[in-house]
Amino acid sequence: MTTLRVKIWRGNENEEGEFQTFDVPARENQTILDVVTEVQRVQEPGLSYRFACRVGVCGSCAMTVNGKPRWTCRTHINAVAKDGEITIEPLRNMPVIKDLTCDMTEFFQKWQKAGGKFDGTITRKDPVATLPPSDLKRQKADAGIECINCAVCYSACDTVNWDSDYLGPAALNRAWTLVNDERAANRQEVLDKAIGDSGCSSCHSQGNCTAACPVGLSPSQSIHGLKRMSLLSFLGKGI
Amino acid sequence: MAISNKNARGHTSYWASIGHRLSGLALAAFIPFHFLVLSLAVNDRTSLDGLLSLADQPLFKIGEWGLVVLLVIHMAFGIRVLILELVPWRHGKDGRTNLVWVGVIAAIMIGIYFLVRAF
Ligand code: SF4
Ligand code: SF4
Ligand code: FES
Repeated sequence: MTTLRVKIWRGNENEEGEFQTFDVPARENQTILDVVTEVQRVQEPGLSYRFACRVGVCGSCAMTVNGKPRWTCRTHINAVAKDGEITIEPLRNMPVIKDLTCDMTEFFQKWQKAGGKFDGTITRKDPVATLPPSDLKRQKADAGIECINCAVCYSACDTVNWDSDYLGPAALNRAWTLVNDERAANRQEVLDKAIGDSGCSSCHSQGNCTAACPVGLSPSQSIHGLKRMSLLSFLGKGI
Repeated sequence: MAISNKNARGHTSYWASIGHRLSGLALAAFIPFHFLVLSLAVNDRTSLDGLLSLADQPLFKIGEWGLVVLLVIHMAFGIRVLILELVPWRHGKDGRTNLVWVGVIAAIMIGIYFLVRAF
């Protein structure tokens, strides 16, 4: 295979557009982001897409590749190309701005709605809090903490697709880390938000989010944790 | 434009939730018929006896077998959801998605048992 056939969605904010096909030289070591960058640098300077770190840290480069949301800077062509063909679309469940870029405002607003803001119990003048790694709650928080805000899980989630108010896997995963964070002052408040309207109870337990998360987090695990806590708090057991 | 998500599905727990849902829908579609037959016991004994004599027909038995299998699938996948939600996970990729296979195997075993008993 010397050439890749790359179909890229070209569209506007009104969801109008079409796929445009580009032939890109196949190389030994090539990520999806490399291919998109090559198209933009060499063939179509008007192509819009987003990236920053190129090493899987910033979470800005996610796109839908061959029908699955992925972090494109860490996705090797060989892992996804089918007979030398790749189809690249923007992420799902968010309004498209242009081509492969989408508006993530609502995605991040939902983090706030789910109580995602950290509110500490101490100030910077106090000594740093000690967090023993052996602590069970800390381990639960740690399991979900490495989220890079890429919205891959949010794009894969069919429940967000059916119910645009649903807070979604990433925001609820964040809420779960805070509910388990001994340093957070507002844990009950976060829990109330996460189990409120369009919160964790809307999740259908299908697990697309966990299957898709590129850094190996399990939003399903976090959401089920919240569901369990919501039952316990209904039965009168505080957090 | 509808952005494709087809390859984000198709993992084990996706099929479990599809199996759970479809078996639930099929059972829900059967319930009105079930109540109709039950109501005959009160309202129309002769038609009920007629229907019950049909119960020995092979086709009817196969229908019953289908119902039993659907019930087992629905119950097993429902229990799976309860285990997912109520029993704390050990880690993020907890092997409990494999409970799908427990449900499938239970449905096959009980299905075979029912068939052997029925004929
Ligand atoms: S498990 Fe819940 S949050 Fe994850 S994809 Fe499914 S519905 Fe969405
Ligand atoms: S949970 Fe995973 S897929 Fe979702 S935003 Fe965070 S890193 Fe991305
Ligand atoms: S460019 Fe930063 S995660 Fe891909």
